Amino acid sequence: MSTIELSGVSKRFGASVALDGISLRVESGETVAIIGASGAGKTVLLRLVAGVEDPSGGMIAIGGADMADVAPERRGIGMAFQNFALFPHMTAFDNIASPLSARGASADEVRRGVESVARMLKIESVLDHRPRALSNGQKQRTALARALAASPSILLLDDPLRNVDAKLRFEMRLEFERLLADQGATTLYVTQDYREAMALGHRIAVMDGGRLAQVGTPEEIYFKPTGVEVARQFGDPTINLVPAHPASDDRGAFATVGGARLDLAPGADAVANGRECMVGIRPEALAFTEDAAGVFVVEAVTPLNEKVVTLVAGAEGTELLVSRPSHEPTRRPGERVSLHVAAREVLLFAREDGARLSGAGAGAGAGSTPP
Amino acid sequence: MDHQSTLERVVRGVLIALVLLFFMFPIVWILMMSFQTNEQILRIPPSLAFEPTLENYQALITGRLETQAGTLDIRFMSNLWNSLVLSVCSVALALVLGVPAAYAFARFRFRLGEDIAFTLLSFRFAPPLLVLLPLTLYFQELGLADTYIGLIWVYQLICLPLILWIVRGYFEDVSPDIEHAYRTAGHGWLTTFRRISIPLTAPGIAAAGLLAFIFAWNNFIFALVLASADKQPVTVGALAFVTASGIQYGQIAAAIVLSITPTLALALYAQRYLVEGLSLGAVKG
Repeated sequence: MSTIELSGVSKRFGASVALDGISLRVESGETVAIIGASGAGKTVLLRLVAGVEDPSGGMIAIGGADMADVAPERRGIGMAFQNFALFPHMTAFDNIASPLSARGASADEVRRGVESVARMLKIESVLDHRPRALSNGQKQRTALARALAASPSILLLDDPLRNVDAKLRFEMRLEFERLLADQGATTLYVTQDYREAMALGHRIAVMDGGRLAQVGTPEEIYFKPTGVEVARQFGDPTINLVPAHPASDDRGAFATVGGARLDLAPGADAVANGRECMVGIRPEALAFTEDAAGVFVVEAVTPLNEKVVTLVAGAEGTELLVSRPSHEPTRRPGERVSLHVAAREVLLFAREDGARLSGAGAGAGAGSTPP
Repeated sequence: MDHQSTLERVVRGVLIALVLLFFMFPIVWILMMSFQTNEQILRIPPSLAFEPTLENYQALITGRLETQAGTLDIRFMSNLWNSLVLSVCSVALALVLGVPAAYAFARFRFRLGEDIAFTLLSFRFAPPLLVLLPLTLYFQELGLADTYIGLIWVYQLICLPLILWIVRGYFEDVSPDIEHAYRTAGHGWLTTFRRISIPLTAPGIAAAGLLAFIFAWNNFIFALVLASADKQPVTVGALAFVTASGIQYGQIAAAIVLSITPTLALALYAQRYLVEGLSLGAVKG
């Protein structure tokens, strides 16, 4: 049983606080994707779990045992570093073999171990190369193979796809899903790409400024973000955020967005309670309706393979992005349109701190899934 | 570089020739002097044409110097041996002490760390004469004066700071993540130091060791004051050629040729390590 448990973990470098009171429990065999902007503390968190840095406060336990005095080599982890950190003076084979030989495996076991993981990652042909002679993709796979070689019960992957090109990244993302499932290891997967996080994480931990902003399943994170920052990090194109004053009349709660009435979930105005708010609408939740007198004017149309992103402008300079599947009719710039969005898909955030006030989103219910 | 014109190539050739001439001339001149007698060297006008003689080398190796005033015993060969012992032992000791220290200064931030490192560096720019007098007195008291151990100890003032500061820079250039990766793969820190840190900084350690060796070899003042005749290195021993019957230029030249040969050979041998690539593309840069 290899759970990872962080309780109240903090890390300071001099006066700057890198991590501030992180508490997180990762179940045995679970993959938690850690996402956040640069400098949010993702890598530091991984290093603390690996033991290459010591926490300034709090406790880290692996498999229930306190790791405070346990050296990195005794934690039974496999780690892939963002910059690969291959051993430049060793061949790819020796790189991958290092965790096996450290565990006292015989030459034969080492060879079999290296070859099987190399076959899985399709790098058998470059095993006798030094890192210098490897392409970035091969370096990345070698680093990953090294992390996996000894079948560790804990896998720490620090943005392993950061330094590889877009095509390879897409392929690897698909492979990773299978790979992580096969390994069955308890995995912390750091990334800056929300798609990677949603594809690979059983749960996602969103970090912001050294704190955990939200921890939840991909659906929870996408449809019920705790705040504006979390909502902004997920989704492409990013969520539309528009300042609004929720009010209500005989038709129910509403806000005015770009000169159009936007129905809100019942009681939204009560929750807002007169505060300055922001409404958040996912571009794919918006739909065009046939209406020649629409208040929105199409400004730009950007076809992206499977979808078309349309930028529309309303009153007071309000601009909204609308993302529709590409089989739907495309609008033309200058066209007047109306927009429709289901009230339950509108998120309401407080303006001053960005916290979500209401709007559960569609949830995983209505058959909608995050992209 | 295949797009340069003939003119560029010619100019480059001429410039390189000039630089070579400038740096190689004294060495070539000394090499020529070493095969001439004192009379040939001192004739006016000087001439490039001469009959080579092995007299000078013979005198050095046999240890007997024939001058007009008579025969003089010189101990050049034992001086050369002293130089070798002192330099090799000093550099070896400085490497044993300096490389781990350099690693500590590069990797760990500790209280007074920078101050200690700087203090060690300051030994390089303190005038040696300043410490020599008290050092002589202490060494006589301790029985270290005129011993190899005493000299090797003092030579650390020359070698240790050099190795410490050069190797520290090389350690800082190695990504700590490479060491972290080896640790997380399941190796202890000592194994990591031996298998990762040292091999990756080997070119730097070689460069620093070579430089320290040359500085130690060329040292004059410490050995002059602290060593007597039987512990003298060549630099001090060369004073013996300033004899009552004049300066023995031929023997001095031959002595110089013999004494630069080990360092020259070492430098040529180490060259390929010095230019070898360092990080070899391990870390995405």
